[in-house]
Amino acid sequence: MQIAWSSFTPLQALLGGLLIGLAAALFLLGNGRIAGIAGIVASPWMALRQRGWAGLLSGAERSRLVFLAGLLLAPWVWRLFAPWPGLTVDVGPLGLVAGGLLVGVGVRMANGCTSGHGVCGLSRLSLRSLLNVLVFMAAGFATVWLMRHGLA
Amino acid sequence: MSASLIRHALALASGLLFGLGLIVGGMSDPAKVKGFLDLFGAWDPSLALVMGGAVAVGLIAFARAARRERAWTGEAMELPPPGRTDFRLLLGGLLFGVGWGVAGFCPGPALVALGAGSEAALIFVASMLAGMWFHDRFLARAA
Repeated sequence: MQIAWSSFTPLQALLGGLLIGLAAALFLLGNGRIAGIAGIVASPWMALRQRGWAGLLSGAERSRLVFLAGLLLAPWVWRLFAPWPGLTVDVGPLGLVAGGLLVGVGVRMANGCTSGHGVCGLSRLSLRSLLNVLVFMAAGFATVWLMRHGLA
Repeated sequence: MSASLIRHALALASGLLFGLGLIVGGMSDPAKVKGFLDLFGAWDPSLALVMGGAVAVGLIAFARAARRERAWTGEAMELPPPGRTDFRLLLGGLLFGVGWGVAGFCPGPALVALGAGSEAALIFVASMLAGMWFHDRFLARAA
């Protein structure tokens, strides 16, 4: 292992993390909801399937839908103050489809993702979440190692 | 202000802050996330500091939430009940981690990138929703 000092951005990372923590705190203490993105996506959808439009628009789900709107609008608010930093994807459409399918199945099976088990679960000192985080981190490390070094 | 307007304003502010935090931390860029996951190459530890900063604030928030019956807006505290530590928790983490490593996206950053108009994020999010549907339809635990 060697640290990529040229791309390491400790201050921005820490500031970004504090903002994410603040967002999770606000959603938790303000609205009583866990800021786990996989759950926030799945929950209104399950309510729609189980109880129809009434379920989707119930008070509990409305907060989640509004939270999702905020997440989608964040780049637009960002652009009011600074240029969008852009993003780079190093896989083609097939990789995106495969990655998306695996992420979708995995987060539903384990009931959480980087935010639900990662940020919120670790903040709750949940042992289950810690286990899940260790597994997905190890799997992520192994996958990128295989793609960049193992199979290359 | 009506109670529901305050609820919606808080939820919108939470979602916005969450997204802005991801952008500030560089996490809306899959290349940055993969730089963290490339532990055995040129490793960029930034994601660990994003997670650490978020958990530092989260620890305080969850400790306070544990002592509350209701949220500020009067909404019920919806804390997930203690779940099972089982094969599904670990297999789900494994599948998620592999997908995360392949694409460099996880759900939050993918939605932010989708909001920014990224086609790659659109493909990823559509596939993620399909994966969620597939799980719930065919792989959900028998009730």
